[in-house]
Amino acid sequence: MQPTIASLKKGEKAIIREFDVEAIPLKLLEMGCLPGNMVELLQIAPFGDPLYLNVNGAHVAIRLETAREIEVDLLKTDF
Amino acid sequence: MTSTKNINVALIGNPNTGKTSVFNQLTGLNQQVGNYPGITVEKKIGFCKLPNNIKANILDLPGTYSLNASSIDENVVIELLLNKTDKLFPDVALVVTDVENLKRNLLLFTQIKDLEIPTILVINMADRMAYKGISLDIPYLEEKLKTKIAVISSRKGHGINELKELIVTYPEISTEPCLNASVIDPEYFNQLRKAFPNQLLYKLWLVITQDVNFLNLERNEIRGSFTKSHSELKRLQQKETIKRYQFINDVLKQGQQIDTAVAKDFGSKLDRILTHKFWGYVIFFFILAVIFQSIFEGAKVPMDFIDSTFASLSSLASEKLPPGILTNLISQGIIPGIGGILIFIPQIAFLFLFISILEESGYMSRVVFLMDKIMRRFGLSGKSVVPLISGTACAIPAIMATRNIESWKERLITILVTPFTTCSARLPVYAIIIALVIPDQRVFGIVNLQGMTLMLLYLLGFGTAIFSAYILNKILKIKGKTYFVVEMPNYKLPLFKNVAINVIEKTKAFVFGAGKIILAISVILWFLASNGPGTDFNEADKIIAQKYKGQPISETEFQNEIASQKLENSYIGLMGKTIEPVISPLGYDWKIGIAVISSFAAREVFVGTLATIYSVGDTDNEDTIKNKMQAEVNPATGAKIFNFASGISLLLFYAFAMQCASTLAVTKKETNSWKWPAAQLVFMSGLAYVVALAAYQLLK
Repeated sequence: MQPTIASLKKGEKAIIREFDVEAIPLKLLEMGCLPGNMVELLQIAPFGDPLYLNVNGAHVAIRLETAREIEVDLLKTDF
Repeated sequence: MTSTKNINVALIGNPNTGKTSVFNQLTGLNQQVGNYPGITVEKKIGFCKLPNNIKANILDLPGTYSLNASSIDENVVIELLLNKTDKLFPDVALVVTDVENLKRNLLLFTQIKDLEIPTILVINMADRMAYKGISLDIPYLEEKLKTKIAVISSRKGHGINELKELIVTYPEISTEPCLNASVIDPEYFNQLRKAFPNQLLYKLWLVITQDVNFLNLERNEIRGSFTKSHSELKRLQQKETIKRYQFINDVLKQGQQIDTAVAKDFGSKLDRILTHKFWGYVIFFFILAVIFQSIFEGAKVPMDFIDSTFASLSSLASEKLPPGILTNLISQGIIPGIGGILIFIPQIAFLFLFISILEESGYMSRVVFLMDKIMRRFGLSGKSVVPLISGTACAIPAIMATRNIESWKERLITILVTPFTTCSARLPVYAIIIALVIPDQRVFGIVNLQGMTLMLLYLLGFGTAIFSAYILNKILKIKGKTYFVVEMPNYKLPLFKNVAINVIEKTKAFVFGAGKIILAISVILWFLASNGPGTDFNEADKIIAQKYKGQPISETEFQNEIASQKLENSYIGLMGKTIEPVISPLGYDWKIGIAVISSFAAREVFVGTLATIYSVGDTDNEDTIKNKMQAEVNPATGAKIFNFASGISLLLFYAFAMQCASTLAVTKKETNSWKWPAAQLVFMSGLAYVVALAAYQLLK
């Protein structure tokens, strides 16, 4: 199954894939959450929701239900 | 005259870019805060002297992420920028950006540029550049973005003079757009251009895509032939956004270098603690406790001072001024009335102080993040926390602060339940009644009973708000996708100047706004209490003389008897007597009834009303309101009017009742319907009556 932002682990980075515009609020797009941009999961709120992200350099929090709509390609972190 | 005309400068920018600091730096205290006509969006205009004797009106527009408006605050920005005939239409626009978030902030900049208004790019927070390892190639950026750039630090006051010099050169600043966004659908935009050759293409696009109120005619005309479905438009808006970001990314690749090795990241460490699943909540509740404690403890001394000052001022006026109606009006109507307003200042100032510190520091967004999941169980959003906390100052700005809640249902519920939170107008009512009926004792050596009662009333307010939200969430059938996007701004040390200006402005607005009502009501009350129909009022001295004929009675007692006979038969006394049957099961007499009626429009009037009522006809004015209330007894039974049962009943009544006309008005404006304020009024006041009734009957 294709991973989404919701399936990222804390500290993981990924690249946003094409997504369905209808499911994503325009405000999030304007924050830089656009296909091809990098996203990093910074924090998960208590009770697992919402998620605190770094998208394209912007710090935003979104809910799990929105995060599930955004498919990503995981970036392998090099050690 | 034209030579002295001020130029108009509009400050535009994303939230959290320090736009208001720039505004404060440019204008100092020389600002006016008002409202845009018909809507409750705050309109801030300041004045600034620029070089070459040019004067400027500086307009601080509401923060917005883009020109795709999603709230009425943002609509204000678009409406102004699209309307060349507006008398505030900017001669020059300053787009304020944060150097740490330049990429995202530039999105709005490229949109403003498309409107072909002379635009200056203000890169703020330059003092953070070294800390974050950021360096900028300003000449390159100026060339690519076709603008002039001012690098400033509004926090340190750096670069403000250079910015002023730059503003003066506005006629020379390029009005050319920096990218061509119409390539996202060339065919469509070419047709649009052909159909309206005299109009700005981007302006047409905004008129088509936005639900902006104005230019309705024009919009219908444009939309007729160029309608697209909602999803087509959204797809195009997405393409437009991507196009703009591509351009910005390209420009910044050359124009901005970030040395990540140098960059320090203190914020993420702080985030780890402040949003921790255990410590996060502990810290949040600790902060709340400190706030409420200091409001009660810290404001006590100045409030007592104001109270006693006005009591002695009142008696001074009645002693020194020649006796007569005018003196009575001053000493019994106006002075207690003004005192009733000023007594608010300490508590309101404290509340606004804490709220603006929390917001300025960036902590409020962490609270939103921390609380979202919990709040959603009650049909609220994490963003509802901000209105619920600001509601402790005043429900009016709190209801306005719901605008950034994306989901209509969550927003509506927040609006409906916010008035349950203990606003500052309830505080004087609580303070005086607690002082009367709760003993000033400490239990376990530390907990002050009076302070604890106040804390419980706050918790009761929050609890009722949350519980009502839960019920409303079950009842209201509103469908719609719930969106939630919240920016997590960098942590900042709150700027003293910003906080101070905010506190002063908010307190001033509150005191003058509420003050006018309180003063007017005080004067009306005084009049209604000093006049009455029929012989019972007008021949009170004869009636009392008749009553005590042959009985030994001192002169003072005699005068007091006359005064109370007069008050009872005055217009206001008759009004109070009329409603007495309705309120006596709650433990209130007709004097309290008068105060309940007169405070229908604003709770804070309650104390002022009692002050006026107990002052009318009182021969010695130096007593404080509290002592006068303490001394009130039921003439039939001799029992104290303000006893434990009636006190608790009053506290509960004021905790729940919708005694605020301004809140009803703002709910009407924000929900665009009379249905919701009506529901608030019926539900809240009904609940108040039932609960107060139950409490009194159980406790008496």
